[in-house]
Amino acid sequence: MMKLVVGTEAMFFLSLIVAFVYFSLSPAFKVLQLGTLDIKTTGIFSALLFFSSFTFWRADANFRKGRTQRLKFWLLITILLGVVFLLGQAKEYMKLLNEHVNLASSTFGTSFFTLTGFHGLHVLVGLIILTIVTCLAFMGDFDVGGSSVISTVGIYWHFVDIVWAFVFFVVYVSPHLM
Amino acid sequence: MSELEHIRIPEPEKPLPGLSITGDQGLIQWLSSVDHKQIGIMYLWLAVLFLLVGGIEILLVRVQLAVPNNHFLNPETFDQLFTMHGTTMIFFVLAPAIFGFSTYFVPLMIGANDMAFPRLNAFSFWCTFFGGFLLYFSFVAGGAPDAGWFNYAPLNQYKYSSSPGIDYYCSGLLLAGIGTVAASVNFIVTILKLRTEGMGLKRMPLFVWMILINSFLVLAAFPALNAALVMLLLDRELHAHFFNPTGGGSALLWQHLFWLFGHPEVYILILPVFGIFSEVFPVFSRKPVFGYGFVVGSGIAIALLAFGVWVHHMFATGLGNTVNNFFAASSLLIGVPTGVKIFNWLATMYGGNIRFSVAMLFAIAFLVEFTIGGLSGVSFAIVPIDWQLTDTYYVVAHLHYVFIGGSLFGLISGTFYWFPKMSGRMLDEKVGRWFFWLFVIGFNLTFLVQHALGAMGMPRRVYTYPDLPGWGLLNLISSSGGLLMGIAVCLLVYMLFTSRKTGKEAGNDPWDANTLEWTTTSPPQLKNFNTVIPVKSTRPFRDFKRPDDTDWAREGGNDE
Repeated sequence: MMKLVVGTEAMFFLSLIVAFVYFSLSPAFKVLQLGTLDIKTTGIFSALLFFSSFTFWRADANFRKGRTQRLKFWLLITILLGVVFLLGQAKEYMKLLNEHVNLASSTFGTSFFTLTGFHGLHVLVGLIILTIVTCLAFMGDFDVGGSSVISTVGIYWHFVDIVWAFVFFVVYVSPHLM
Repeated sequence: MSELEHIRIPEPEKPLPGLSITGDQGLIQWLSSVDHKQIGIMYLWLAVLFLLVGGIEILLVRVQLAVPNNHFLNPETFDQLFTMHGTTMIFFVLAPAIFGFSTYFVPLMIGANDMAFPRLNAFSFWCTFFGGFLLYFSFVAGGAPDAGWFNYAPLNQYKYSSSPGIDYYCSGLLLAGIGTVAASVNFIVTILKLRTEGMGLKRMPLFVWMILINSFLVLAAFPALNAALVMLLLDRELHAHFFNPTGGGSALLWQHLFWLFGHPEVYILILPVFGIFSEVFPVFSRKPVFGYGFVVGSGIAIALLAFGVWVHHMFATGLGNTVNNFFAASSLLIGVPTGVKIFNWLATMYGGNIRFSVAMLFAIAFLVEFTIGGLSGVSFAIVPIDWQLTDTYYVVAHLHYVFIGGSLFGLISGTFYWFPKMSGRMLDEKVGRWFFWLFVIGFNLTFLVQHALGAMGMPRRVYTYPDLPGWGLLNLISSSGGLLMGIAVCLLVYMLFTSRKTGKEAGNDPWDANTLEWTTTSPPQLKNFNTVIPVKSTRPFRDFKRPDDTDWAREGGNDE
């Protein structure tokens, strides 16, 4: 089921990315894109988000082997990384808003905030799910194996990361290449 | 599932009440229901309610258009009425009716006791329900949406439509869209995981096949609409610049996103109906469906091609010859698998022992009307014809021939076919014939002449027109046809209400049908099946009733 949900979500993000690329063809757009976005800082936060996929994979692997303590540890690290990513995004948003780049300022502001905002929203939802799963883990729900919850949540979390890989490339990297 | 044992779920224990409200727990049993049969019935009643509302809206429009230079409605009201008519009929009549039948019959046809996720199923229904009412709340909130059902930019911008109508359009459709996507996920998992033993994919009833294909279509198409609606809401509420050309946005982007959803949506509303017909034709012709594999294969082909044709809605926007020619070719191509299906059904009837029940009459009428709609559709794939006829009444005629002559005829056919199973009572065949002729004649009176009006150059969506030669007469014919359809629909609703109490007792299998839903009682028990009969062909119930003449024995009994 989660694969179907992720599939339909992918189409949603595809629409947003297409809108972003469509607007990015105008020359004024690229100037703003290069002038306001800081690829290095966001790159570091992105790396942390990608790393959270690795930590979740460790959580899942340890759950399969029945190591509940390690499962909890890796889940907590994953949540921490997700939170740090969102804080980084908040910091970036503050900086842009102070420079008067916002949803209503230009097509760049419009499509940038919509695309990254919806991704951030998905990270937030993922964090809520992960928090619930972690609470359940501490309450002992995963002491016996056989649950498909962790791997199902994993599909979603890895998906959110993969979407960010695309978004990061399109929004931050591609203007430097062309 | 041991942890679930000590959670008390307030579920009914007695048999469900069929179509009436009076169960052992009354209305609350319906509101809190997670049973697929009750949710299916609620979808269907919702569709009937909105059919009446959308019908009244368009009758007012037709009164306004009955004579030239009429002032029955003012232009603002006219715009709101035709916009709400289109939006209602597509999103809150055809869609919920299709999901109603699917929710009710997919589990029964595959021998399952419920959907894979019963609560998600209830969630989907209530999303659709509240989405519809949110859309209609716009009338009291300051004005309904008034930019047409496809809501083109920049007309959909605040500057041109400052009433909150379009904001309600966005939120209502977004909510309903979420429900639709959730329901489709549910269908796919149900169909792939809950089939009874022996029912391989090649033995699934064709209705179930079409729902499976359709659900994938929904998952791929609806996100484009949802994204477009979100962008439009941002434009209107937070002054973003997606579709507003003066702010650097693109009006064309809305058209691309909308039709990337909108054209698959057309097939979303017809594929399940093809499924209904693929059940009705064999049962009432007393023959197996001709070319089972071709019906499935052409369904898949339609679903894939559906994503490659959206620009034929945009030929007049000046995208250039290369683009136009590509999409003209793909649009001509998609006529082929649809034609394949028509021949499948004709061949199913050929040499069959046909029973002309009302369900079958609608199926046969569908073959005629839908072919007319298909032919006018193919004419639009030819770019110069499209340039001449786009945004005229010819388009209106075409889309009603496929939506009514296709989708609605199928849903009515399904209603006559399945009503006995859902209520335990028959719909009166005699009154049903009156309804059939009234509706079909009214329908053709209304829309056949609109082809001519369109060719004569009458644009759609104008609130009145000058007294040009012929226009007054043709519009009057169209309006009187509309009135006839209105009377027919009232007759249908009257039949539905009265037959559910006083109709002839149906018995479990009134049509001598082929599929598993007819093995249950009418209406089915709370738990659909205790045991399911063996499935060894596409017509398991017929095999069961005629053990000396089974499909699987005739085919060589290949795996028993």
